Amino acid sequence: MITINERSRDAEPVALADAIRAALQVRADGFARIEADAALWIGLARGCAAGWHDLGALWVDDHHVRMALWDAQENCRAIVSLSLKVGAYPSVGLHHPPALRLERAMRDLYGAIPEGIPDERRWLDHGVWPGREHEPGYHFLPVEGNGLHQIPVGPVHAGIIEPGHFRFTANGETVARLEARLGYVHKGVEALAQGAPIEKAAKLAARMSGDSTVAYSFAFARSVEAALGWDVAPRAQLLRGVMAELERLSHHVSDVGAICNDAAVAALLARCSLIREDMLRTQAALFGHRMMMDAIVPGGVARDIDAAGATAILALLERIELGFHRVVRAYDQSPSIQNRTHGTGIVQPDFIRQFAAGGFVGRAGGRAFDARRAFPYPPYDAVAFKVPTREESDVDARIWIRIEEIAESTGIIRQLLGKLEAGPIHAAPPPFQPGAGAALVEAFRGDLFLAVRIEEEGRIAHMHARDASWFQWPLLETAIDGNIVADFPLCNKSFNCSYSGVDL
Amino acid sequence: MHILLLDALLKGPATERAPSPDEAAVADLARALGTRARARLGRSLAIREVDAGSCNACELEIQALGNPVYDVERFGLKFVASPRHADVLLVTGPVSWNMREGLERTYAATPDPKWVVAAGDCAAGFGVFAESRACAGAVAKIIPVDLVIPGCPPTPTDLLKGLLALVEGTARPTR
Repeated sequence: MITINERSRDAEPVALADAIRAALQVRADGFARIEADAALWIGLARGCAAGWHDLGALWVDDHHVRMALWDAQENCRAIVSLSLKVGAYPSVGLHHPPALRLERAMRDLYGAIPEGIPDERRWLDHGVWPGREHEPGYHFLPVEGNGLHQIPVGPVHAGIIEPGHFRFTANGETVARLEARLGYVHKGVEALAQGAPIEKAAKLAARMSGDSTVAYSFAFARSVEAALGWDVAPRAQLLRGVMAELERLSHHVSDVGAICNDAAVAALLARCSLIREDMLRTQAALFGHRMMMDAIVPGGVARDIDAAGATAILALLERIELGFHRVVRAYDQSPSIQNRTHGTGIVQPDFIRQFAAGGFVGRAGGRAFDARRAFPYPPYDAVAFKVPTREESDVDARIWIRIEEIAESTGIIRQLLGKLEAGPIHAAPPPFQPGAGAALVEAFRGDLFLAVRIEEEGRIAHMHARDASWFQWPLLETAIDGNIVADFPLCNKSFNCSYSGVDL
Repeated sequence: MHILLLDALLKGPATERAPSPDEAAVADLARALGTRARARLGRSLAIREVDAGSCNACELEIQALGNPVYDVERFGLKFVASPRHADVLLVTGPVSWNMREGLERTYAATPDPKWVVAAGDCAAGFGVFAESRACAGAVAKIIPVDLVIPGCPPTPTDLLKGLLALVEGTARPTR
């Protein structure tokens, strides 16, 4: 292995805010661009480890390794690029473990070697890609002790869910360690996007994690618009917000039901799934697709709603509130469910901070980060809403965060609909020129980062998305420690991480 | 909780009338399946869902089949936890290379007689990931497929029509 610079491995931690002050101007997308040398790269990585700023994403593009970093308190964010030297760069994971899986994934996809990475195992490459076959074995981390046994689960799971492998090491009923192995639904999205026209890449982005299709389309559209200097009409911004909040609502409602179902209370799942079905039908009628797939496009939205449509959404919100209010009361008054959810699957706040876990996983454990609030983007810069947080960090707290966010989302939708004024919903693209853009939007799971680079003729040179689940999956492994195996479905459902979103 | 139960009693079921099975598909299936194990299973099918690389949108709509509006179990269609209990594999996704072995082994673990339904555009071979080098291609390239239900994702009604066609097709004697 080549050593880039032995001395730089000991570089002092660097705070992002200081690095940005020394760098160039902040771009239209809100991210400063920093061309780093190895010392600054390592300094910023160690700054992550020191808790001075959050690691947002790490990816490889155009012979560079790039890292998105942000610091909500200092209100700054940046994309730091380091040129690969003979295909290698100093490992971030060496200093800051949350980067490990990102670096393993990028090595599998692009061959970029993270020098000094403490975990040499492959991640997305399972040894079966044509022309790259190798011994398919995978070494799970060793667990030692008396009376331990292993329970392998998956990749094909018992429910109607995505595939992944969970390796439990248990002592009797109690889980001593859980390690996940993912990558089974790797579809090569980034490679497919390379060279694709914007419309085709938009369809790919919308299908990176189908349950967050609106959020992905939103993030893709915003990053393309930032790259090209493409202005979006106010009405389109408002409708995007309405769709994004409807998506959040539908998942929060149905996941609360699904968690209760995993505590064997099927009646609440039935109630919640009725609300979700009601939503999906209304969405199909108004936006042309049950999940509003491809409804947000670069330059605006694909479909407008009329006054009757706005009224239909308001009526839907009332039905949601009435139906869900009963579910919440039933949950709140059922000791038999709460007996399962209280104190179950606790994530240590230290891990939440270290991994910068977003969404309800972070907020249930005291991390108040919400992309809509931390780095406001239209239309959220013009609406009032609260970001609920809790401290307990257990399954129950994650349920309550969702319950409280449902109330916030209905409030946001009403405000957005109240602001709707007649106007265009789509703008023609400006003349194409090469450029790069990034966006951070709040999906129902948490913050979703997406970056694009566009080359001549409006083709995508590179697209990278970092789902919130990247930094939540490892925390699920910690949450189950000391719990019983039978509570894993509850913990898992309370996280509801995406497989497709992280398998790329 | 009692308010919910009372509400359910007073309002009656939310379940909707069944869509009619896709007639063309029934005829095709009856021909195709007739020489195999028709009517052996009565009118009940146990289904094992396999995600072979889907973006999870198909899974959401398949899950929706179980909600009270579609109530798929009233047709004798039941989702089971193991392929060893299944008559039907309902497969989604463009069959990522990383899931190919999982799919093959699930198919091998399913006892005969068995049927395979490829659900969604990806599983049918014409989704947005069809050209990916990380994907092996349509489900039919890996295991024999009896019925294709297209859509991105297929709606619960599309899925129900297809699955009802399968029930009819397996139950209808060939002439």
